[in-house]
Amino acid sequence: MYQTRYHRPGSVAEAAELLSKAEDGRYVAGGHTLIPTMKHRLAGPSDLVDLSRLSELKGISEKGGTVTIGAATTHYEVASSDAVRKAIPALAALAGMIGDPAVRNRGTIGGSLANNDPGADYPAAVLGLGATIHTDKRKIEADDFFTGLFTTALEEGEIIVKVSFPVPKKAAYEKFHSAASRYALTGVFVASAKDGAVRVAVTGAGANGVFRAADIEKALSGKASSDAIDAVSIDPSGLLSDIHGSAEYRANLVKVMAKRAVDAIG
Amino acid sequence: MSTIALKVNGKDVSAEVEDRTLLVELLREELKLTGTHIGCDTSQCGACVVHVDGVAMKSCTMFAIQADGAEIRTIEGVAQQGALHPMQAAFAEHHGLQCGFCTPGMIMTAIDMVRRLGSDLDEATIRHELEGNICRCTGYQNIVKAIQAGARAMASQ
Ligand SMILES: Cc1cc2nc3c(=O)[nH]c(=O)nc-3n(C[C@H](O)[C@H](O)[C@H](O)COP(=O)(O)OP(=O)(O)OC[C@H]3O[C@@H](n4cnc5c(N)ncnc54)[C@H](O)[C@@H]3O)c2cc1C
Ligand code: FES
Ligand code: FES
Repeated sequence: MYQTRYHRPGSVAEAAELLSKAEDGRYVAGGHTLIPTMKHRLAGPSDLVDLSRLSELKGISEKGGTVTIGAATTHYEVASSDAVRKAIPALAALAGMIGDPAVRNRGTIGGSLANNDPGADYPAAVLGLGATIHTDKRKIEADDFFTGLFTTALEEGEIIVKVSFPVPKKAAYEKFHSAASRYALTGVFVASAKDGAVRVAVTGAGANGVFRAADIEKALSGKASSDAIDAVSIDPSGLLSDIHGSAEYRANLVKVMAKRAVDAIG
Repeated sequence: MSTIALKVNGKDVSAEVEDRTLLVELLREELKLTGTHIGCDTSQCGACVVHVDGVAMKSCTMFAIQADGAEIRTIEGVAQQGALHPMQAAFAEHHGLQCGFCTPGMIMTAIDMVRRLGSDLDEATIRHELEGNICRCTGYQNIVKAIQAGARAMASQ
Protein backbone atom coordinates (compact mmCIF):
# COMPACT_ATOMS: atom_id res chain seq x y z
CA MET A 1 0.00 0.00 0.00
CA TYR A 2 1.23 3.51 -0.77
CA GLN A 3 1.73 6.04 2.01
CA THR A 4 -1.29 8.16 2.88
CA ARG A 5 -2.30 10.78 5.46
CA TYR A 6 -5.37 10.09 7.61
CA HIS A 7 -7.76 12.76 8.86
CA ARG A 8 -10.71 12.48 11.22
CA PRO A 9 -12.97 15.51 10.72
CA GLY A 10 -15.54 16.56 13.30
CA SER A 11 -18.22 17.60 10.84
CA VAL A 12 -19.34 17.21 7.22
CA ALA A 13 -18.23 20.77 6.48
CA GLU A 14 -14.77 20.09 7.87
CA ALA A 15 -14.55 16.86 5.87
CA ALA A 16 -15.31 18.71 2.64
CA GLU A 17 -12.74 21.36 3.46
CA LEU A 18 -10.04 18.79 4.26
CA LEU A 19 -10.70 17.04 0.97
CA SER A 20 -10.59 20.25 -1.03
CA LYS A 21 -7.14 21.02 0.39
CA ALA A 22 -5.73 17.54 -0.26
CA GLU A 23 -3.62 16.91 -3.32
CA ASP A 24 -5.41 13.68 -4.27
CA GLY A 25 -7.68 12.90 -1.35
CA ARG A 26 -10.47 10.36 -0.91
CA TYR A 27 -13.21 9.92 1.65
CA VAL A 28 -13.21 6.63 3.51
CA ALA A 29 -16.37 5.29 5.18
CA GLY A 30 -16.54 1.53 5.83
CA GLY A 31 -13.39 1.04 3.78
CA HIS A 32 -14.66 -2.26 2.39
CA THR A 33 -14.15 -1.18 -1.19
CA LEU A 34 -11.44 1.44 -0.82
CA ILE A 35 -9.00 -0.45 1.45
CA PRO A 36 -8.80 -3.60 -0.72
CA THR A 37 -8.28 -1.30 -3.73
CA MET A 38 -5.47 0.50 -1.89
CA LYS A 39 -3.84 -2.81 -0.91
CA HIS A 40 -3.67 -3.70 -4.60
CA ARG A 41 -2.23 -0.27 -5.34
CA LEU A 42 -5.12 0.43 -7.69
CA ALA A 43 -5.76 3.51 -5.57
CA GLY A 44 -3.17 5.60 -3.78
CA PRO A 45 -4.88 8.61 -2.26
CA SER A 46 -2.52 11.20 -0.75
CA ASP A 47 -5.06 11.80 2.03
CA LEU A 48 -7.94 9.88 3.58
CA VAL A 49 -10.80 11.78 5.17
CA ASP A 50 -12.78 9.47 7.48
CA LEU A 51 -16.56 9.88 7.37
CA SER A 52 -17.37 6.77 9.38
CA ARG A 53 -17.71 8.43 12.78
CA LEU A 54 -19.64 11.57 11.80
CA SER A 55 -22.92 11.62 13.71
CA GLU A 56 -24.43 13.87 11.01
CA LEU A 57 -24.17 10.89 8.62
CA LYS A 58 -25.66 8.30 10.96
CA GLY A 59 -29.08 7.01 11.80
CA ILE A 60 -32.38 5.82 10.44
CA SER A 61 -35.78 7.51 10.71
CA GLU A 62 -39.27 6.97 9.32
CA LYS A 63 -41.74 9.82 8.95
CA GLY A 64 -44.69 10.60 6.71
CA GLY A 65 -44.17 7.70 4.32
CA THR A 66 -40.43 8.22 3.92
CA VAL A 67 -37.54 6.20 5.34
CA THR A 68 -34.34 8.21 5.66
CA ILE A 69 -30.95 6.55 6.17
CA GLY A 70 -27.72 8.38 6.97
CA ALA A 71 -24.85 7.74 4.56
CA ALA A 72 -22.52 6.26 7.20
CA THR A 73 -25.15 3.78 8.44
CA THR A 74 -23.81 0.22 8.15
CA HIS A 75 -25.43 -2.59 6.21
CA TYR A 76 -26.02 -4.40 9.52
CA GLU A 77 -27.79 -1.39 11.03
CA VAL A 78 -30.15 -1.22 8.04
CA ALA A 79 -30.75 -4.99 7.99
CA SER A 80 -31.60 -5.09 11.69
CA SER A 81 -33.54 -1.79 11.95
CA ASP A 82 -37.10 -2.24 13.18
CA ALA A 83 -38.19 0.89 11.29
CA VAL A 84 -36.82 -0.35 7.95
CA ARG A 85 -38.07 -3.91 8.50
CA LYS A 86 -41.55 -2.60 9.11
CA ALA A 87 -41.76 0.08 6.41
CA ILE A 88 -39.69 -1.46 3.60
CA PRO A 89 -38.89 -5.08 4.48
CA ALA A 90 -37.33 -5.65 1.04
CA LEU A 91 -34.71 -2.97 1.78
CA ALA A 92 -33.78 -4.54 5.13
CA ALA A 93 -33.57 -7.95 3.45
CA LEU A 94 -31.34 -6.55 0.69
CA ALA A 95 -28.94 -5.03 3.24
CA GLY A 96 -28.78 -8.43 4.96
CA MET A 97 -27.70 -10.08 1.69
CA ILE A 98 -24.63 -7.89 1.18
CA GLY A 99 -21.34 -9.76 1.52
CA ASP A 100 -20.94 -11.51 4.86
CA PRO A 101 -21.54 -10.52 8.52
CA ALA A 102 -18.18 -8.76 9.01
CA VAL A 103 -18.62 -6.80 5.75
CA ARG A 104 -22.08 -5.74 6.93
CA ASN A 105 -20.69 -4.63 10.30
CA ARG A 106 -18.51 -2.01 8.58
CA GLY A 107 -19.67 -1.28 5.01
CA THR A 108 -22.02 1.69 4.57
CA ILE A 109 -24.85 2.66 2.26
CA GLY A 110 -23.14 5.92 1.28
CA GLY A 111 -19.93 4.12 0.31
CA SER A 112 -21.84 1.57 -1.73
CA LEU A 113 -23.75 4.25 -3.66
CA ALA A 114 -20.73 6.50 -4.24
CA ASN A 115 -18.79 3.52 -5.53
CA ASN A 116 -21.58 2.26 -7.83
CA ASP A 117 -20.10 -1.17 -8.48
CA PRO A 118 -22.06 -2.86 -11.29
CA GLY A 119 -22.67 -5.85 -8.97
CA ALA A 120 -23.63 -3.88 -5.84
CA ASP A 121 -27.03 -4.34 -4.22
CA TYR A 122 -28.03 -0.90 -2.88
CA PRO A 123 -28.15 0.76 -6.32
CA ALA A 124 -31.02 -1.61 -7.22
CA ALA A 125 -33.04 -0.52 -4.17
CA VAL A 126 -32.33 3.17 -4.69
CA LEU A 127 -33.33 3.05 -8.35
CA GLY A 128 -36.19 0.58 -7.82
CA LEU A 129 -37.77 2.63 -5.05
CA GLY A 130 -37.08 5.98 -6.73
CA ALA A 131 -35.11 7.26 -3.73
CA THR A 132 -33.51 10.68 -3.36
CA ILE A 133 -29.80 11.12 -2.58
CA HIS A 134 -29.14 14.14 -0.34
CA THR A 135 -25.62 15.51 -0.54
CA ASP A 136 -23.91 18.37 1.28
CA LYS A 137 -24.79 20.51 -1.75
CA ARG A 138 -28.10 19.36 -3.27
CA LYS A 139 -30.65 16.59 -3.81
CA ILE A 140 -30.23 14.09 -6.63
CA GLU A 141 -33.03 11.82 -7.86
CA ALA A 142 -32.14 8.14 -8.27
CA ASP A 143 -32.88 8.32 -12.01
CA ASP A 144 -30.13 10.94 -12.40
CA PHE A 145 -27.59 9.54 -9.93
CA PHE A 146 -26.09 6.42 -11.54
CA THR A 147 -24.24 7.51 -14.65
CA GLY A 148 -22.17 4.45 -15.60
CA LEU A 149 -19.73 1.82 -14.30
CA PHE A 150 -18.27 3.07 -11.01
CA THR A 151 -19.47 6.59 -11.85
CA THR A 152 -22.20 8.76 -10.39
CA ALA A 153 -23.53 12.30 -10.60
CA LEU A 154 -21.44 13.24 -7.52
CA GLU A 155 -19.00 16.07 -8.15
CA GLU A 156 -15.43 16.11 -6.86
CA GLY A 157 -15.57 16.30 -3.06
CA GLU A 158 -19.38 16.11 -2.82
CA ILE A 159 -20.56 14.08 0.19
CA ILE A 160 -23.63 11.88 0.36
CA VAL A 161 -25.32 12.85 3.63
CA LYS A 162 -28.43 10.68 3.56
CA VAL A 163 -30.80 8.77 1.31
CA SER A 164 -34.58 9.04 1.52
CA PHE A 165 -36.80 6.22 0.30
CA PRO A 166 -40.52 6.64 -0.34
CA VAL A 167 -42.34 3.74 1.34
CA PRO A 168 -43.87 1.60 -1.44
CA LYS A 169 -47.08 -0.39 -1.32
CA LYS A 170 -45.06 -3.54 -1.88
CA ALA A 171 -41.51 -4.39 -2.91
CA ALA A 172 -39.16 -7.36 -3.24
CA TYR A 173 -35.53 -7.98 -4.15
CA GLU A 174 -34.25 -11.23 -5.61
CA LYS A 175 -30.51 -11.79 -5.93
CA PHE A 176 -28.52 -14.46 -7.71
CA HIS A 177 -25.20 -14.44 -5.80
CA SER A 178 -21.80 -14.86 -7.30
CA ALA A 179 -20.72 -17.87 -5.26
CA ALA A 180 -17.20 -16.49 -4.89
CA SER A 181 -17.66 -12.79 -4.14
CA ARG A 182 -21.25 -12.64 -2.79
CA TYR A 183 -21.97 -9.69 -5.12
CA ALA A 184 -25.02 -9.93 -7.39
CA LEU A 185 -24.46 -11.82 -10.63
CA THR A 186 -27.92 -10.44 -11.27
CA GLY A 187 -30.32 -8.86 -8.80
CA VAL A 188 -33.77 -7.44 -9.52
CA PHE A 189 -35.68 -5.02 -7.30
CA VAL A 190 -39.40 -4.67 -8.02
CA ALA A 191 -41.49 -2.00 -6.28
CA SER A 192 -45.08 -1.02 -6.65
CA ALA A 193 -45.57 2.52 -5.40
CA LYS A 194 -48.55 3.82 -3.42
CA ASP A 195 -49.86 5.44 -6.63
CA GLY A 196 -49.70 2.07 -8.42
CA ALA A 197 -46.62 2.78 -10.57
CA VAL A 198 -44.27 -0.19 -10.91
CA ARG A 199 -40.48 0.23 -11.03
CA VAL A 200 -38.05 -2.56 -11.84
CA ALA A 201 -34.31 -2.03 -11.30
CA VAL A 202 -31.62 -4.49 -12.34
CA THR A 203 -28.10 -4.75 -10.87
CA GLY A 204 -25.24 -7.09 -11.74
CA ALA A 205 -26.28 -7.48 -15.35
CA GLY A 206 -25.88 -4.13 -17.09
CA ALA A 207 -22.66 -3.27 -18.96
CA ASN A 208 -23.19 0.31 -17.70
CA GLY A 209 -24.24 -0.66 -14.19
CA VAL A 210 -27.69 -0.58 -12.63
CA PHE A 211 -30.64 0.14 -14.97
CA ARG A 212 -34.43 0.15 -15.10
CA ALA A 213 -35.99 -2.67 -17.12
CA ALA A 214 -38.54 -0.61 -19.05
CA ASP A 215 -40.06 -3.56 -20.91
CA ILE A 216 -40.70 -5.47 -17.69
CA GLU A 217 -42.17 -2.34 -16.08
CA LYS A 218 -44.53 -2.00 -19.05
CA ALA A 219 -45.56 -5.66 -18.91
CA LEU A 220 -46.27 -5.40 -15.17
CA SER A 221 -48.23 -2.17 -15.43
CA GLY A 222 -51.01 -4.04 -17.25
CA LYS A 223 -50.97 -7.05 -14.98
CA ALA A 224 -48.80 -7.38 -11.90
CA SER A 225 -48.23 -11.09 -12.23
CA SER A 226 -45.06 -12.99 -13.04
CA ASP A 227 -46.68 -14.59 -16.13
CA ALA A 228 -46.71 -11.14 -17.71
CA ILE A 229 -42.89 -11.26 -17.78
CA ASP A 230 -42.77 -14.43 -19.94
CA ALA A 231 -43.53 -12.49 -23.10
CA VAL A 232 -40.79 -9.89 -22.51
CA SER A 233 -37.52 -10.37 -24.33
CA ILE A 234 -34.38 -8.90 -22.75
CA ASP A 235 -31.77 -7.77 -25.27
CA PRO A 236 -28.37 -9.18 -24.22
CA SER A 237 -26.43 -6.58 -26.23
CA GLY A 238 -26.24 -4.09 -23.34
CA LEU A 239 -25.38 -6.71 -20.72
CA LEU A 240 -22.14 -7.77 -19.03
CA SER A 241 -20.33 -10.86 -20.18
CA ASP A 242 -17.50 -12.33 -18.08
CA ILE A 243 -16.15 -15.61 -16.68
CA HIS A 244 -19.15 -15.83 -14.35
CA GLY A 245 -21.78 -15.69 -17.06
CA SER A 246 -22.46 -14.62 -20.66
CA ALA A 247 -24.71 -11.72 -21.57
CA GLU A 248 -27.34 -14.23 -22.78
CA TYR A 249 -27.21 -16.05 -19.43
CA ARG A 250 -27.65 -12.77 -17.58
CA ALA A 251 -30.55 -11.78 -19.88
CA ASN A 252 -32.29 -14.96 -18.79
CA LEU A 253 -31.43 -14.32 -15.12
CA VAL A 254 -33.04 -10.85 -15.34
CA LYS A 255 -36.34 -12.46 -16.25
CA VAL A 256 -36.05 -15.28 -13.71
CA MET A 257 -35.16 -12.92 -10.85
CA ALA A 258 -37.90 -10.45 -11.89
CA LYS A 259 -40.47 -13.25 -11.87
CA ARG A 260 -39.32 -14.43 -8.45
CA ALA A 261 -39.54 -10.89 -7.10
CA VAL A 262 -43.06 -10.43 -8.45
CA ASP A 263 -44.10 -13.78 -6.97
CA ALA A 264 -42.55 -12.78 -3.63
CA ILE A 265 -44.63 -9.61 -3.60
CA GLY A 266 -47.70 -11.79 -4.14
CA MET B 1 3.28 8.54 12.06
CA SER B 2 0.62 8.98 14.69
CA THR B 3 0.30 7.82 18.27
CA ILE B 4 -2.85 5.90 19.08
CA ALA B 5 -4.25 4.57 22.34
CA LEU B 6 -6.51 1.56 22.50
CA LYS B 7 -7.39 -1.37 24.71
CA VAL B 8 -6.37 -4.81 23.51
CA ASN B 9 -7.64 -7.85 25.41
CA GLY B 10 -8.28 -5.67 28.43
CA LYS B 11 -4.86 -4.00 28.49
CA ASP B 12 -4.18 -0.37 27.66
CA VAL B 13 -1.86 -0.11 24.68
CA SER B 14 -0.33 2.89 23.03
CA ALA B 15 1.43 2.56 19.69
CA GLU B 16 3.16 4.58 16.99
CA VAL B 17 1.66 3.69 13.63
CA GLU B 18 1.91 4.85 10.05
CA ASP B 19 -1.43 6.11 8.79
CA ARG B 20 -1.52 3.24 6.28
CA THR B 21 -0.89 0.53 8.91
CA LEU B 22 -3.73 -1.98 8.99
CA LEU B 23 -5.17 -3.07 12.34
CA VAL B 24 -4.04 -6.65 11.65
CA GLU B 25 -0.48 -5.42 11.08
CA LEU B 26 -0.49 -3.60 14.41
CA LEU B 27 -1.79 -6.70 16.19
CA ARG B 28 0.63 -9.15 14.61
CA GLU B 29 3.79 -7.15 14.02
CA GLU B 30 3.85 -4.66 16.89
CA LEU B 31 1.83 -6.36 19.62
CA LYS B 32 2.99 -9.88 18.59
CA LEU B 33 -0.56 -11.21 18.81
CA THR B 34 -0.08 -13.66 15.95
CA GLY B 35 -3.25 -15.63 16.58
CA THR B 36 -5.05 -13.25 14.22
CA HIS B 37 -4.17 -14.47 10.73
CA ILE B 38 -3.98 -13.02 7.23
CA GLY B 39 -5.33 -15.42 4.62
CA CYS B 40 -6.03 -13.15 1.65
CA ASP B 41 -5.66 -9.64 0.27
CA THR B 42 -9.24 -9.33 -0.94
CA SER B 43 -11.11 -9.08 2.41
CA GLN B 44 -12.82 -12.39 1.75
CA CYS B 45 -11.35 -15.14 3.96
CA GLY B 46 -12.17 -14.02 7.53
CA ALA B 47 -8.92 -15.37 9.07
CA CYS B 48 -8.33 -11.87 10.50
CA VAL B 49 -11.67 -11.37 12.28
CA VAL B 50 -11.39 -9.67 15.70
CA HIS B 51 -13.93 -7.83 17.85
CA VAL B 52 -13.83 -4.03 17.74
CA ASP B 53 -15.97 -2.60 20.54
CA GLY B 54 -17.63 -6.00 20.73
CA VAL B 55 -18.44 -6.34 17.01
CA ALA B 56 -16.77 -8.77 14.57
CA MET B 57 -14.69 -7.00 11.95
CA LYS B 58 -12.00 -7.90 9.45
CA SER B 59 -8.84 -6.42 10.95
CA CYS B 60 -7.23 -6.50 7.48
CA THR B 61 -9.85 -4.05 6.22
CA MET B 62 -9.50 -1.23 8.68
CA PHE B 63 -6.62 1.04 9.55
CA ALA B 64 -5.04 0.79 12.98
CA ILE B 65 -5.57 4.52 13.36
CA GLN B 66 -9.33 3.99 12.94
CA ALA B 67 -9.21 1.86 16.08
CA ASP B 68 -7.84 4.75 18.15
CA GLY B 69 -9.89 4.74 21.37
CA ALA B 70 -11.49 1.37 20.63
CA GLU B 71 -11.52 -1.87 22.60
CA ILE B 72 -10.16 -4.82 20.65
CA ARG B 73 -10.49 -8.47 21.52
CA THR B 74 -8.46 -11.11 19.70
CA ILE B 75 -8.37 -14.89 19.97
CA GLU B 76 -5.65 -14.52 22.62
CA GLY B 77 -8.14 -12.68 24.82
CA VAL B 78 -11.17 -14.98 24.86
CA ALA B 79 -9.95 -17.58 27.39
CA GLN B 80 -10.67 -16.53 30.97
CA GLN B 81 -8.37 -17.37 33.90
CA GLY B 82 -6.64 -20.09 31.95
CA ALA B 83 -9.87 -21.86 30.97
CA LEU B 84 -10.74 -22.08 27.27
CA HIS B 85 -13.76 -20.08 26.14
CA PRO B 86 -16.72 -22.46 25.63
CA MET B 87 -16.52 -21.85 21.86
CA GLN B 88 -12.81 -22.79 21.85
CA ALA B 89 -13.56 -25.90 23.92
CA ALA B 90 -16.32 -26.88 21.48
CA PHE B 91 -13.93 -26.62 18.51
CA ALA B 92 -11.48 -28.92 20.32
CA GLU B 93 -14.15 -31.39 21.33
CA HIS B 94 -15.91 -31.58 17.94
CA HIS B 95 -12.71 -31.58 15.89
CA GLY B 96 -13.69 -28.28 14.27
CA LEU B 97 -10.23 -27.76 12.81
CA GLN B 98 -7.51 -29.50 10.85
CA CYS B 99 -4.60 -27.15 10.11
CA GLY B 100 -6.14 -24.47 12.34
CA PHE B 101 -5.34 -21.52 10.11
CA CYS B 102 -8.98 -20.39 9.81
CA THR B 103 -9.86 -21.23 13.43
CA PRO B 104 -9.22 -17.91 15.22
CA GLY B 105 -11.42 -16.09 12.69
CA MET B 106 -14.05 -18.84 12.89
CA ILE B 107 -14.20 -18.59 16.69
CA MET B 108 -14.37 -14.78 16.74
CA THR B 109 -17.14 -14.92 14.10
CA ALA B 110 -18.98 -17.63 16.04
CA ILE B 111 -18.95 -15.62 19.29
CA ASP B 112 -20.34 -12.61 17.38
CA MET B 113 -23.01 -14.87 15.86
CA VAL B 114 -24.21 -15.84 19.34
CA ARG B 115 -24.19 -12.19 20.44
CA ARG B 116 -26.49 -11.22 17.54
CA LEU B 117 -28.65 -14.30 17.11
CA GLY B 118 -28.69 -16.08 20.45
CA SER B 119 -27.52 -19.55 21.37
CA ASP B 120 -30.09 -21.68 19.57
CA LEU B 121 -28.57 -21.79 16.08
CA ASP B 122 -29.70 -24.19 13.37
CA GLU B 123 -27.36 -25.59 10.75
CA ALA B 124 -28.68 -23.43 7.89
CA THR B 125 -28.20 -20.24 9.91
CA ILE B 126 -24.65 -21.17 10.88
CA ARG B 127 -23.68 -21.99 7.28
CA HIS B 128 -25.15 -18.73 6.04
CA GLU B 129 -23.37 -16.77 8.78
CA LEU B 130 -20.04 -18.38 7.82
CA GLU B 131 -20.09 -16.92 4.31
CA GLY B 132 -17.18 -14.66 5.22
CA ASN B 133 -14.97 -17.37 6.75
CA ILE B 134 -13.16 -19.69 4.39
CA CYS B 135 -11.74 -23.04 5.50
CA ARG B 136 -9.50 -24.96 3.09
CA CYS B 137 -9.37 -28.17 5.13
CA THR B 138 -12.44 -29.33 6.96
CA GLY B 139 -15.38 -29.13 4.58
CA TYR B 140 -17.10 -27.14 7.37
CA GLN B 141 -19.10 -30.08 8.77
CA ASN B 142 -17.38 -30.18 12.14
CA ILE B 143 -17.08 -26.40 12.31
CA VAL B 144 -20.87 -26.18 12.10
CA LYS B 145 -21.22 -28.86 14.80
CA ALA B 146 -18.70 -27.09 17.02
CA ILE B 147 -20.45 -23.72 16.70
CA GLN B 148 -23.82 -25.27 17.48
CA ALA B 149 -22.43 -26.93 20.61
CA GLY B 150 -20.32 -23.91 21.60
CA ALA B 151 -23.33 -21.62 21.34
CA ARG B 152 -25.32 -23.87 23.67
CA ALA B 153 -22.42 -24.07 26.10
CA MET B 154 -22.20 -20.25 26.12
CA ALA B 155 -25.87 -20.05 27.10
CA SER B 156 -25.47 -22.42 30.02
CA GLN B 157 -22.39 -20.62 31.29
C1 LIG C 1 -15.79 -9.60 0.83
C2 LIG C 1 -16.72 -8.51 0.38
C3 LIG C 1 -17.96 -8.84 -0.13
C4 LIG C 1 -18.84 -7.82 -0.57
N1 LIG C 1 -20.05 -8.20 -1.06
C5 LIG C 1 -20.90 -7.24 -1.49
C6 LIG C 1 -22.20 -7.59 -1.97
O1 LIG C 1 -22.60 -8.75 -1.99
N2 LIG C 1 -23.01 -6.58 -2.40
C7 LIG C 1 -22.62 -5.27 -2.35
O2 LIG C 1 -23.40 -4.42 -2.74
N3 LIG C 1 -21.42 -4.91 -1.88
C8 LIG C 1 -20.55 -5.87 -1.45
N4 LIG C 1 -19.32 -5.49 -0.95
C9 LIG C 1 -18.96 -4.07 -0.90
C10 LIG C 1 -19.40 -3.45 0.43
O3 LIG C 1 -20.80 -3.35 0.48
C11 LIG C 1 -18.77 -2.07 0.63
O4 LIG C 1 -18.93 -1.80 2.00
C12 LIG C 1 -19.40 -0.94 -0.12
O5 LIG C 1 -19.41 -1.16 -1.48
C13 LIG C 1 -18.60 0.37 0.07
O6 LIG C 1 -18.98 0.97 1.26
P1 LIG C 1 -17.90 1.45 2.30
O7 LIG C 1 -18.61 2.19 3.34
O8 LIG C 1 -17.09 0.29 2.71
O9 LIG C 1 -17.06 2.48 1.41
P2 LIG C 1 -15.53 2.84 1.28
O10 LIG C 1 -14.75 1.66 0.80
O11 LIG C 1 -15.06 3.52 2.50
O12 LIG C 1 -15.62 3.93 0.10
C14 LIG C 1 -15.99 3.56 -1.22
C15 LIG C 1 -16.00 4.83 -2.09
O13 LIG C 1 -17.07 5.67 -1.73
C16 LIG C 1 -16.62 6.97 -1.34
N5 LIG C 1 -17.50 7.39 -0.25
C17 LIG C 1 -17.77 6.71 0.89
N6 LIG C 1 -18.72 7.32 1.61
C18 LIG C 1 -19.08 8.43 0.90
C19 LIG C 1 -20.03 9.48 1.12
N7 LIG C 1 -20.84 9.51 2.22
N8 LIG C 1 -20.12 10.46 0.20
C20 LIG C 1 -19.34 10.45 -0.91
N9 LIG C 1 -18.44 9.48 -1.17
C21 LIG C 1 -18.30 8.47 -0.27
C22 LIG C 1 -15.17 6.78 -0.98
O14 LIG C 1 -14.42 7.95 -1.20
C23 LIG C 1 -14.74 5.68 -1.93
O15 LIG C 1 -14.42 6.20 -3.18
C24 LIG C 1 -18.43 -6.47 -0.50
C25 LIG C 1 -17.18 -6.14 0.02
C26 LIG C 1 -16.33 -7.13 0.47
C27 LIG C 1 -14.99 -6.75 1.03
S1 FES D 1 -7.12 -11.58 5.76
FE1 FES D 1 -8.66 -12.42 4.49
S2 FES D 1 -10.41 -11.27 5.12
FE2 FES D 1 -8.85 -10.38 6.29
S1 FES E 1 -8.68 -25.92 9.38
FE1 FES E 1 -7.25 -25.50 7.79
S2 FES E 1 -8.15 -23.73 6.91
FE2 FES E 1 -9.69 -24.35 8.24
